[in-house]
Amino acid sequence: MPVELLYPVIVVGSVGFFFGVGLAIASKKLQVYVNPRIEQILGLLPGANCGACGYPGCSRFAKAVAEGRSEPSGCVPGGSKTAHAIADIIGVSAGVTEPLMAVVHCNGGRGRALERARYEGIEDCHAAILIGNGSKVCQDGCLGLGSCVRVCPFDAIHISKEGVAVVDADKCTGCGKCVKTCPRKIISLIPKVHKIFLACSNHDRGAKVKKYCSVGCTACSLCVKATPSGAIIMENNLPVLDYTKEENFIPAAYKCPFHCFTDLVKTRPKANIDTKCNGCAACVAVCPIPGVISGEKDKRHVVDKEKCIGCGICLNACPVHAISMWGVGSNVKTTAGKR
Amino acid sequence: MVNLISLVEISIGAVFINNFVLSRFLGLCPFFGVSKKLSSAAGMGMAVIFVMAIASSLTWLMYHYVLELYRLDYLRTIVFILVIAGLVQLVEMALQKYSPTLYEALGIFLPLITTNCAVLGVTIINTDLNQVTGMQYTLIESVWNGVMSGVGFSLALLLMAGIREKTEFAPVPKALEGLPIAFITAGLMALAFLGFSGLNFFTVVGG
Repeated sequence: MPVELLYPVIVVGSVGFFFGVGLAIASKKLQVYVNPRIEQILGLLPGANCGACGYPGCSRFAKAVAEGRSEPSGCVPGGSKTAHAIADIIGVSAGVTEPLMAVVHCNGGRGRALERARYEGIEDCHAAILIGNGSKVCQDGCLGLGSCVRVCPFDAIHISKEGVAVVDADKCTGCGKCVKTCPRKIISLIPKVHKIFLACSNHDRGAKVKKYCSVGCTACSLCVKATPSGAIIMENNLPVLDYTKEENFIPAAYKCPFHCFTDLVKTRPKANIDTKCNGCAACVAVCPIPGVISGEKDKRHVVDKEKCIGCGICLNACPVHAISMWGVGSNVKTTAGKR
Repeated sequence: MVNLISLVEISIGAVFINNFVLSRFLGLCPFFGVSKKLSSAAGMGMAVIFVMAIASSLTWLMYHYVLELYRLDYLRTIVFILVIAGLVQLVEMALQKYSPTLYEALGIFLPLITTNCAVLGVTIINTDLNQVTGMQYTLIESVWNGVMSGVGFSLALLLMAGIREKTEFAPVPKALEGLPIAFITAGLMALAFLGFSGLNFFTVVGG
């Protein structure tokens, strides 16, 4: 057998062997250490790649957290649960993340806010604004063309049949994408425990607002007076709610004569006075709605359940702890009890 | 001895006259796959230039010092595939280790090129007889041909990416949206590059 026949076998074989061994050695020698925590953290994240953390996608955020460049609480949609799980992995305490939700500060749908024209262009708020700043007379009203609906990664916003955007509190994760996209800038994030927000963004003076919107804020300041802690201040003809100061916006919401506030709790538990009552009338003094609590002096008082708004202010005022909140929904009871 | 004239000839020949994509129709897969965005097209182009240069040098040495010695030139295709694939893997690992920034820029493109026909094509051409001069490329000419072929590929890729970014907003008929219109565009570009084939006052027709 001529030796030349073996040459191709030897040459190709040795080239293959050389590269095979070379790659095997190189993969050991040139191995780059990839932090295994990155994969772990990535597994905990929601994977929506919404960008609320400020990084391009969940994987980059995971990398940043693993390298200590970002807090574990940076993921807004993941909430505190994710933050704690990540914190366990990297061994630091999670910064407290208060769950947020987006709210639309406008309730002026069809039949409430006056239209000055009919818009028949592209179904997009940005497009509508380019043509004469939208079809509504109100220059701060929700256009209802759904730019926020399309941008929401969690399907948490829809357009109501009145034609304004409404956020589903259960689905909203507070990622803030809608806040950024809204051309009117009338969506903002509020702490989820607060169920009350102002559903108007109009800065015009009262007499003017009344001409074109039945649920527009007229800057009457009744809400400011109903909140003695000073958590509501009037700024440029519109009340501004400071969610860090006051936990009880219920009286303010119910005092508003034009129903500009939206309360996400449909029916709040009502106050009930039991037999411990000594008739001191301390509750009558603090109750924000006149005529809700009635009774003769030194005798057991009663609450008018029809009129009570469930603010719970009387709970703390009662010296003998005779008042409790009665009503629907345990989760509602805890929030009201806290107040 | 480096012949400057021949290097210029090789440059013009590789970039325009025998453009890898638009005249030889090699490397069409990445040409359509990575030409959707200008930035990724630029990264891919850089990676191709890089790989073509190192593949040209190593396969030239392999051909002239191993294969020719044992009269095994008929095996060059399979040996070159082996060499290129192994080499690109090695380079990728070395880049990840020693130059993370370069790896970030080229890393994701390198595996795409390991078994690319354009890279194999340039190494085969380097070891072929030149149709005009009847000579084989020297080592330096081979590497230069590799670099310039890569430049030609990048040029075609960048032009294509630029055009495709524009056609995104063009009213393309529904049946032709996406890849079909890209094929038509590439065909028209190839027709335009056909104009360069008249340029034969140099001895650059071959390759």
